[in-house]
Amino acid sequence: MSGTTRAEYCVIACAEAWRGGGEILASPMGVIPSAGARLARLTFSPDLLLTDGEALIVRPDGTTEGWLPYRQHLELVTGGRRHVMMGASQIDRYGNQNISCVGDWAKPVRQLLGVRGAPVNTLNNPTSYWIPRHSRRVFVAKVDMVCGVGYDRAAGARYHRIPRVVSDLGVFDFATPDRSMRLASLHPGVSVEQVREATGFDLAVADEVPYTREPTAAELRLIREVIDPDGARAREVPA
Amino acid sequence: MSDKTMSAEEAVSRLESGMTLGIGGWGSRRKPMALVRALLRSEVTDLTVVSYGGPDVGMLAAAGRIRRLVAAFATLDSIPLEPHYRAARERGTLELTEVDEAMFLWGLRAAAHRLPFLPVRAGLGSDVMRVNPGLRTVTSPYEDGETFVAMPALRLDAALVHVNRADRLGNGQYLGPDPYFDDLFCEAADTAYVSCERVVDTAELTKEAPPQSLLIKRHTVTGVVEAPNGAHFTSCAPDYGRDEAFQKRYATTPWAQFSARYLAGDEQAYRSAVGEDS
Repeated sequence: MSGTTRAEYCVIACAEAWRGGGEILASPMGVIPSAGARLARLTFSPDLLLTDGEALIVRPDGTTEGWLPYRQHLELVTGGRRHVMMGASQIDRYGNQNISCVGDWAKPVRQLLGVRGAPVNTLNNPTSYWIPRHSRRVFVAKVDMVCGVGYDRAAGARYHRIPRVVSDLGVFDFATPDRSMRLASLHPGVSVEQVREATGFDLAVADEVPYTREPTAAELRLIREVIDPDGARAREVPA
Repeated sequence: MSDKTMSAEEAVSRLESGMTLGIGGWGSRRKPMALVRALLRSEVTDLTVVSYGGPDVGMLAAAGRIRRLVAAFATLDSIPLEPHYRAARERGTLELTEVDEAMFLWGLRAAAHRLPFLPVRAGLGSDVMRVNPGLRTVTSPYEDGETFVAMPALRLDAALVHVNRADRLGNGQYLGPDPYFDDLFCEAADTAYVSCERVVDTAELTKEAPPQSLLIKRHTVTGVVEAPNGAHFTSCAPDYGRDEAFQKRYATTPWAQFSARYLAGDEQAYRSAVGEDS
């Protein structure tokens, strides 16, 4: 098979978020996190539950195995047996996330979606983030409206956890003494300098940063032939 | 037992300016659009609207009928951002109580249970607390001592919802995969108006669908409105999907022009105009 594309490294990086999750619901938002969740389910995390994005729990082949309308989904969140990967219009170095609006909340420059379930997600189940275009507009010093709660504002809430942030440039976590964002791995072809340039705050970077792992041949085949044969991943992250 | 059927106009005539109005559905799904259109033809204004927002919010905001919106989001689903809601927010003309989706659900549930609030593990640490300075917290009286948000009841003067079938008494049935929160809206409201694709005999309701599809119970319903295609252009599975082409027209046509073309006449005129333009 030909060389792994950036989008495929992103799928692998997203899939890894659900490794070791056990029998929990994977809630991906976006094309690449959805491919990642299915890849994890088909390989190293076979106990995962997947949704069809609406009211059903489905097997990777689409077979319905459960019912999960919005009301039950919200209940499931508070039970904690879920790992969601949300989007972020803005995110800061402690993992505070914004999808509500840009500018002053009272009269926003740009009204976005609204807080949605970000506040309840972040206090109840592990919440990771997916950012398809890493830039200083997204990785900001301070978000305009805190929707998803970051480490500096969680006050040690008992179920608060942000396992990882995946962007088109790399993987980030909060494994630092002050729980600020750290570059955990670079996607092959990306430099530390490139990441720093695209990030609006000081990022913790170790002397040696590993690369995001290579997919196995079997994983690559699953991504290309089973999970995303139409190549939607390349429209979310061009090669 | 009383026949609760009425026209959309009759239902709307019972609403008053200044009311708190809950609207069922979710995003651009199973919204009671025929009732919203009737509302737009009325003089009712100065509303507090409580909604998992879609084009119901966008239209009422564009027409200047909303004084305050209580919501966690507004979206058209396949078009992520609701254009008229955005415009109203960016003009600064829409007062907003922005809460989390779960806080919203707990608020409806508190109202349905006649409780002043319910504790919820959501909101703390987020700017939901900053933009809603009236929100209070509550500490667990047990050993854990954890602090929660005390989500106030979202008690409604009236609720508007749309379902697939209903009988004349107000028993409402959904046939799609998701009930959304429509029964809770009805339970949280002093009066509730249920529009449906088709009014059928009570016995008809469970002929081909199981009893658990009977989402709305008649004791929570004030009026039943037969409104075929009444969720248009939002989806009403399995009767019909979202009218994507029309939704796109809604999202891209200036409001004054859209309103003049589609909302100036009655529901029949709306259907004719939609038919002519599709």
